[in-house]
Formats: sequence, structure tokens, C-alpha cells
Amino acid sequence: MRRLIFLLPLLLFVGVGVAFLLGFERDPRDIPSALIDKPAPDFTLPPLPGHKEGVSSAMLKGDVTLVNVFASWCIPCKAEHPVITRLSKELGVTVRGINYKDKTGDALDWLKRNGDPYASIGADLDGRVSIDWGVYGVPETYLIDRQGRIRFKQVGPLTPQVVDEQILPMVKHLRAAS
Amino acid sequence: MIPELGHYALVLALFVALVQSGVPLAGAATGNAAWMGVARPAAVAQMLLVLVAYGALTWAHVVSDFSVMNVVQNSHSAKPMLYKVSGVWGNHEGSMMLWIVMLTVFGAAVAVFGRNLPPTLKARVLAVQGLVGIGFLLFILTTSNPFIRVVPAPLDGNDLNPLLQDPGLAFHPPFLYAGYVGFSIAFSFAVAALIEGRVDPAWARWVRPWTLAAWSTLTAGIALGSWWAYYELGWGGWWYWDPVENASFMPWLAGTALLHSAIVVEKRDALKTWTILLAIITFSLSLMGTFLVRSGILTSVHAFAVDPARGVFILVLLGIATGGSLLLYSLRAPSLKAGGLFAPISREGSLVLNNLLLSTATATVFIGTLYPLFLDVLKLGKVSVGAPFFNATFVPVAIPMVIAMVVGPFLAWKRGDLPGALTRLWSAGVAVVVCVAIAAYITNGGGPLLALVGIALAAWAFFGSLAEFAERIRLFRVPLKDSWTRAAHLPRSAWGMTIAHACLGISILGMTGTSAWQTEVIQAMKPGETAQLAAYSVRFDSVAEVQGANFRAEEGVFTVTKDGALIATLKPQRRSYPVTRMTTTESAIHTTVFSDVYIALGDPTQNGTAWIVRLYHHPLVPWIWLGALGMMAGGLVSLSDRRFRVGAPERRRAAKPTLQPAE
Repeated sequence: MRRLIFLLPLLLFVGVGVAFLLGFERDPRDIPSALIDKPAPDFTLPPLPGHKEGVSSAMLKGDVTLVNVFASWCIPCKAEHPVITRLSKELGVTVRGINYKDKTGDALDWLKRNGDPYASIGADLDGRVSIDWGVYGVPETYLIDRQGRIRFKQVGPLTPQVVDEQILPMVKHLRAAS
Repeated sequence: MIPELGHYALVLALFVALVQSGVPLAGAATGNAAWMGVARPAAVAQMLLVLVAYGALTWAHVVSDFSVMNVVQNSHSAKPMLYKVSGVWGNHEGSMMLWIVMLTVFGAAVAVFGRNLPPTLKARVLAVQGLVGIGFLLFILTTSNPFIRVVPAPLDGNDLNPLLQDPGLAFHPPFLYAGYVGFSIAFSFAVAALIEGRVDPAWARWVRPWTLAAWSTLTAGIALGSWWAYYELGWGGWWYWDPVENASFMPWLAGTALLHSAIVVEKRDALKTWTILLAIITFSLSLMGTFLVRSGILTSVHAFAVDPARGVFILVLLGIATGGSLLLYSLRAPSLKAGGLFAPISREGSLVLNNLLLSTATATVFIGTLYPLFLDVLKLGKVSVGAPFFNATFVPVAIPMVIAMVVGPFLAWKRGDLPGALTRLWSAGVAVVVCVAIAAYITNGGGPLLALVGIALAAWAFFGSLAEFAERIRLFRVPLKDSWTRAAHLPRSAWGMTIAHACLGISILGMTGTSAWQTEVIQAMKPGETAQLAAYSVRFDSVAEVQGANFRAEEGVFTVTKDGALIATLKPQRRSYPVTRMTTTESAIHTTVFSDVYIALGDPTQNGTAWIVRLYHHPLVPWIWLGALGMMAGGLVSLSDRRFRVGAPERRRAAKPTLQPAE
């Protein structure tokens, strides 16, 4: 019995060690989305003034599309902006923006200063549509397949690594699929 | 050429470490003195080789040798020299090099200064130290080699993360690592004692100075890190219960427990198996800290150098070191002889209580830090554990700990007199009441009740510790001159304890003051506007462009006045580093000893005429770090105690004539 007490620290440690080992398979930044593989929510957003088109669920069908939720007040959005620009301008992926809880003037200013890589931008001024999308915070990015289903979600800024290792292969695969 | 020399020295160090661990262990087992003697020169050689390797890497950084990958990724030719040198450990590979430097320096110190250790114990301690060295050298050489070349060499480097280009952070890792790694000595002693199957007061006397040294540097390291976060991150906070902060805090808590339980082993020959276990746990928590930081297994604001592949290696290391030593513990500890008995109310009893509370606190932080991981692994969902959890669980453990900390030293060994101790603390009790009354008067009874509890606790720790010291020197009961003589003759360890305990009170006062009574103003300001912050008026005068060595900055000029009198002109900056494309806030702080006025310049508003400005008034905040500095000083004073001084008891014994002369 006394020996068991001295064995206890080892047993506890083995438990912790196993948890660590299993922990490697998980990414703490990877927040699950209930919407994966489900159709994107039904919505229509008016365009940001000065832009021809807004964004609606009908527009997401047909081509593989990236939907990027951004705001001018969000600092990580600024950080990911070059990555979005590269995706759109250099890699030929259609990126549509949802401008989240922003002031129109601020958003237009921001786009003027940082460049506008979006095919179209929907203004979600009160954040109502973003609730349907399950937005945790900005920025967030969704990959939509040709049938308009959400296939991938990134919470937080896109990094070149995520683009190269996850988004681009998936875009290629989804384009080839149908 | 020089990087190759460094690489070569590192490989050689690995082989020396193999010899350092294998030969002395075999020697100690067979009683071969020559084999045991190998440990000492091997430990010194290993240190010299590692220093050569570290020097080579530093050289590559200093001369900006961009044919070395590590320099390309973390340096830039325009970077100031201070950060070229500190940038060596500002990245993953270099920080692991610093780890191993500390490890071998501590190992060589035991080899050189531990002359009076019994030969088998010394051989085994150094052998275990060598084993830890093997693990980390293999880790560096196989997964994190800093000497890898890049062909063709780029013209310039990627620069160091600008957040790290700061004097506070430049010196944070060396202190932190010295603390982490210092506990490896306690670990090696514990494992060696388990192999020997013997723990006695002499063993504790050898372990304690190393633990004290490690604890003092870790205290300084944590304080520096917290201070850096306070002024650099621009949020005005000083502790975030971030996983990486917790990773350094857990070994500190466990090390504090170890420090105190080793006293019981030394003085009373009791708590032996517990102390051994604490030594193993403390170093394991240091290893785990390294693992958590390097693996990116938990999300953290500290995600500077993260790589899961390396995490697996450190996990294996952790498994071997901790799992192996705990296995040894389960086999050997039951046969260790239990020591002296004592009543629950006694000095030993109070130290046991201290250990129980500190262990509980460690476990609390451990669970809070790893709970998200455990839950995720068991597929029970994703959560994050934040400050409210820690405040709700850690504080209730810390309060009785501080109360008991003051009473414990008044109790006698074996059997103490609690009512007697409490009556001798009446002066501290009066001081507590007075301090709380003053605090309530100054703040007009404002602030939460917990704040007054914090004040009471701080006063209790401070004045209670001084009361204990006054008791020892019989202050006011014998003539002042006699008290002075008594104080001068007190052992340094008694001085150290009083200083460290009283300074904990000072830190608590700082934590309470800033948590309860800070003022925060966040608003958009145009140049010329004035904001009101606590008793101060802050006028935003202007913004100008400033050019630094490797950054551009917008510098705001703020004039702080109080009742019309000029207090300070503060110039916070918003720096942008073109190479890494990052911006950092350099807050400007005006400190009186009693409070800080803290200004951070944020982003300009979209039309560029106004800036988001964050103004904070932090009462008493400098006391947090002053107290931590004092705790470290207490540790160092205690370290200078005569009985720890190397060889002191030995020489006295040797001075005795071995033969009795005929009379």
C-alpha cells in the first residue's frame, strides 16, 4: 500500500504525457465550424457605396470562391491584407469581402490606402449576416465550392503558410472535382 | 569557418557528455575512484566546448554573417549591436544554445566547487547532469542546429521580431533560463540520492544553495518578463496568466516549496522523500515550460518560435527525464529512512503547511494552464481558461499562505506555541489595522473589499517579517547597541528570510494597488486636446516623425500636469519596422515611487487628424518589481550564509589534528 503512494507521481505523469502526445494532433487555433460541408447561409448584402456589386448567396455558386470577413478597425485584417491581395491578383482566386460592423467612410478609406483585391464587397453594417455565418471575430475566411457549400474556415488572419498548404490545394481540388 | 568550428565543438560536447554520464556512473557502482574522477574534468570540458560553440554563433550574429541561416532569419545588418548580441538567444535555436550553456556552467560549477562532496554522490550528480546535457545536445544537433549554412547567402537578413528588440527582453531569457536550468542541479542531486539510496542533512545542505541560486535568478527573470510585458505590449497590464507566463511561474512555485522543505531535511532530517519528489517536480516543470513554449501546443501571446516537430523531441526528453526519475523514485523512495518526528504546531509543521499550500497553488496553475488541452484531447470541446479562473482559485490559496508565512518563523522546532507566537505578533496586527485605515481614508472607502484585504495582507507580510526580526535581535528590550550586535551576528540566512518575506509584502501591495485603483482613459485625441487622468491633466501637444536605426516612428509629445504644475513631458512612440513589416508601441511612463502615468500612442483615425491614445494611471505598480527585486536580494543574501560557503565546514574539520599529540 505504501509503495502505491510512491508510484502515484509516475502514474499521474504518464497521464499528462499521453495528453501532450495526443495534443500534437490538435491545433489550438483550429476552432470547429458547425457549417463545414453545409451550404452557405442564404443572404444578400448591399454593395459598399462606390462598388457595383454586393455579395449574395447566389453569387457564391459557379466558381470556387473565398469569402473574407474584414473591417477597417481590425489590425489583423491589415496584416493579412497582402496575403488576400496575392490570392486575388496573382493566384487568380475569386475573393469576395464582407465588411463587418464598419463605417462606410472608414472602410472606403481603408481600401484606398491598402488596395482593393475584392471582386465585390457586401456591407454588413450591423453584423446581422455575419451571425448567420458564425463569425467569431474578424478576420475570418471561408472557402466555398461550386455548389455554394462551405468547405473550409479560417479563424484569424490568413498566413502565407495556410494559403500554400491548405487553401491552394483545396481550391485546385474543388475546381477539378466538378 | 568559425560557424563550422562552433558546430564541431557542439558535436564534441555531445561525446564528452556521453563520457561524463557513463564512466562515473559505472565507477560509482563498482567503487572505481579513477572512473568517478572522470566526471570533474569532463564537466569542465563540456562547458568549455559549449561556450566555444555559443561564442561562434554570437560571432556570426555580431559580424552579420548572412551565410548562416540562423543569422539570416533573425538578424539584420542595421540592427543595433545590443540586439545583435541578445538576438542570439531571441530565437529558437539560439535560446536552446543558451539553455545548454547554462546547464553546462552549472554542471562545471558543481564539479569545481563541490570539492567536499562524497565522491560517489559527486560522480552520480555530474553523471545525471551529463545525461540531461546529452538530451539537449542531441535536440540541438538533430532538430535545431543554429550553424546551418544557406547558399547562396542573401544580402541582408529578415531582422529580429521588433517586440524582442528591447533591453528588458534582452535580459529576460538569460535570467529565466538560469533559473530553469539551475533547478537541474537539485534534480541531479535528487536522482543521485535515489541511486545512492541515502538522504541526510548534509545532502540538503548541498542542494539548498543551488536551489537558492536558481530560485533567485528565476525570480528576477519572471519579474523582468512581467515588467517588459507591462511597458512594451502597451496594454498596461503586468500579468496575463498566459500559458507561457504560467510555465515559468509553476517551477517558481514548486521551487519555493523545495527551498523550504530542504530546510526541514537539513535541520530535522525529516520530509526526505517529499523533498526528493519536489526536486524532481520542479525541474520537470522547468522542462515542461520549455516544452510548452517550444511546441506551440497551447495558444499564447508568446508564439515567437513554435514548431511541433521539435515539441515531440522535447516531449520524449521530458518523458525520459521525468518518467525515468519518477520510476526510480517509486522503486527507491519507500526504502529511505524517515526522520525526526514533530508536532503539527511547530516550525516543521508550518513548513509542511507552506509546502501544502504552494503545491496546491502549483497544481491550480497547472490545471488551469493545461485544462484546455486535456478537454480538447478528450474531445469534450474547446475552451480557454483566463484570468478569472486563476484569480478565483489562486488567490484563496495565496491568502492563507501569506498569513501562515508570518507566523511560521515564530514557532519553535518540534513543538511550537501558537498563542505565544500570535501574542508576539501584536505589533504587526496594529500595523495592519493602521495601514488598512490609511488606505480606506485615502481612497474614501473606494475600491473593492478585496483591495483592503490585499492591503492588510501586504502589511501583515511586511510588518510581521520585521517583527520576527525585531524579536530575534530583542529590539527595544535590550539596549539598542546590544540589538545591533545581535543583528550583526545573526546568520545571513535569517537576514535573507526577513528580506524576502518582507519584500513579498511590498509586491503584494503593488499588485493590490494597481488592480484595485488603476484609472484608464482610451480615446481619440487631436493635438492640442487635453484629457483628465486621475488627478492629472494630460495635454496632447504634437506628433512628429522620428527615424531610428532600423525603424521609423511616430512620436507623440504629451505634457502631464497636476494642479497646473508641470509633472513630466512624455513621448510615446508607434514604431514600424520596415523589414519585418511590424508595428510596435513604445509606451512612455512617468514614475514616481507611488504611481505610474502610462501613455501609449495607438493608430491614427482614418482622416489622420486624431490618434487613439491610451492613458493609464497605475497606483503603486513599481512596487511589484521592487518587491521582486528585494525577494531576489533576500535569496542572494541567504546564499552568502556561512554554512553554504563552499568548503567551510570541511576546512574546519580538516584543521583538527589527526593525531593527538602525546602530553
